[in-house]
Amino acid sequence: MPSVMLKKNAEGKLVFYVPKKDLEEVAESIEFDNPEKWGGEVLLSDGSKYYFEPMNEQPDFPVTLRAKRLD
Amino acid sequence: MAALTKEETEALIQEVLEIYPEQARKDRAKHLAINDQSLEKSNKCITSNRKSQPGVMTIRGCAYAGSKGVVWGPIKDMIHISHGPVGCGQYSRAGRRNYYVGTTGVNTFGTMNFTSDFQEKDIVFGGDKKLAKIMNEIEALFPLNKGISIQSECPIGLIGDDIEAVAKKANKEINKPVVPVRCEGFRGVSQSLGHHIANDAIRDWVLENRDGDESFATTPYDVAVIGDYNIGGDAWASRTLLEEMGLRVVAQWSGDGTIAEMEKTPKVKLNLIHCYRSMNYIARHMEEKYKIPWIEYNFFGPTKIAESLRKIAALFDETIQAGAEKVIAKYQAEYDAVIAKYKPRLQGKRVMLYVGGLRPRHVIGAYEDLGMEVVGTGYEFGHNDDYDRTIKEMGNATLIYDDVTGYEFEEFVKRVQPDLIGSGIKEKYIFQKMGIPFRQMHSWDYSGPYHGYDGFAIFARDMDMTLNNPCWKQVKAPWKTAESSDVAVAASV
Repeated sequence: MPSVMLKKNAEGKLVFYVPKKDLEEVAESIEFDNPEKWGGEVLLSDGSKYYFEPMNEQPDFPVTLRAKRLD
Repeated sequence: MAALTKEETEALIQEVLEIYPEQARKDRAKHLAINDQSLEKSNKCITSNRKSQPGVMTIRGCAYAGSKGVVWGPIKDMIHISHGPVGCGQYSRAGRRNYYVGTTGVNTFGTMNFTSDFQEKDIVFGGDKKLAKIMNEIEALFPLNKGISIQSECPIGLIGDDIEAVAKKANKEINKPVVPVRCEGFRGVSQSLGHHIANDAIRDWVLENRDGDESFATTPYDVAVIGDYNIGGDAWASRTLLEEMGLRVVAQWSGDGTIAEMEKTPKVKLNLIHCYRSMNYIARHMEEKYKIPWIEYNFFGPTKIAESLRKIAALFDETIQAGAEKVIAKYQAEYDAVIAKYKPRLQGKRVMLYVGGLRPRHVIGAYEDLGMEVVGTGYEFGHNDDYDRTIKEMGNATLIYDDVTGYEFEEFVKRVQPDLIGSGIKEKYIFQKMGIPFRQMHSWDYSGPYHGYDGFAIFARDMDMTLNNPCWKQVKAPWKTAESSDVAVAASV
């Protein structure tokens, strides 16, 4: 259950940062990414998958959230 | 000597690794790589931020060095207690040349060493009482200090002293920030964790001190310079450029910096990060908590300076953008003259670097401006994100080495035969004795500043002074040079 710092980069893509692992990756896809629902499975550009508990609104980026590693 | 091809570099790495026992060889192989610009991510080719192998000569420091020596030490109006035995503080005192303005011992304390000087009884009975006592002494002797930080040395963690409790109590008594930093030297694999711990201490004990206090008048052009330690005056050379383009530098972290500046940093509009490795943590925290964006910049060499000034200006309005162009134009004649003077003397020379923090990638541009080529680079304590940023800066088939050992570095140098090496004091004399020009790039070989346009002129002069020094022709014993042996043979006939 790593703490993940999420922010939007200049292109508007979600950047995924895990301080302890020096993991800084762009998220390729997010399961739910609309104003009403956000979260679910996130696929990173290095192929790894993480899961965020879906929430009812877009978080206010940048933000630190808990994620579950899926693979 | 011509540049090595990819195959030759590969063979060189294998050859150097040959000497290690199997386990060590396997481990070290992961830390040596050949640069390939087509890679996006460094973790495909290099492993970093891992524990050094026992038995090899590593050049790394400890967490205390990262916190006291790098992040906290330069904050000039605070007193940093090296809490523990006397040596850690005394032998690192004033070694980093973080310049500052002020009267040492009165209102600034940068080059002084404060220590709790642990003795056997403090280890046995704990040092908390002693710590409380010296803080009172400090307050009596140096009343103009603006705060105290407690930099833990190894024994503090080992004996389990509660420095946080002492700090909280002292904070109430003296009414100034007292910051306990848990940067015991044994933590982590290098000084890098010390930077992180120090950043976290700033986050927890300093940054929010002025939350809700709006008395500080802000402007839309407020920025903070983060991760510039004013080595030889670097931060001043950077600050002038930023101010000339119309920005207001509110805080310098931490070279020539003060605690008041740090407390004001959450009010700025943009954080400018020079040393990404040591201070990205606090920048990321401020981005999340105060929504302050941050960008990395590079003030080594005119190409990178212009690039960075434009990148910074792009985040502000037209006046700043015009200001950036004005600054670049203003210094153009100056740096063109520097390049015209030194480029012919340095053109085509090859450099190998092995330093820490930001320099293994940041100074590449400055060397290239002088027509030089960096053929090998490496970080003492870099992480993967540093190597990600290095791949694009370096040429293809060049060497990249992480936490290089003394042996490996020597062997690489013997084979690559660079014209100049930039590394630390521990490497300096080995390579000078091998007859290779060397610059100590941790604190600019007692020169500097190297940042900014003014710094570039000094950088170019220093490189020329070292590389073209006539002494390098005298390194070989006279009877071993080809001509003299010819003469000797002729004379003996």
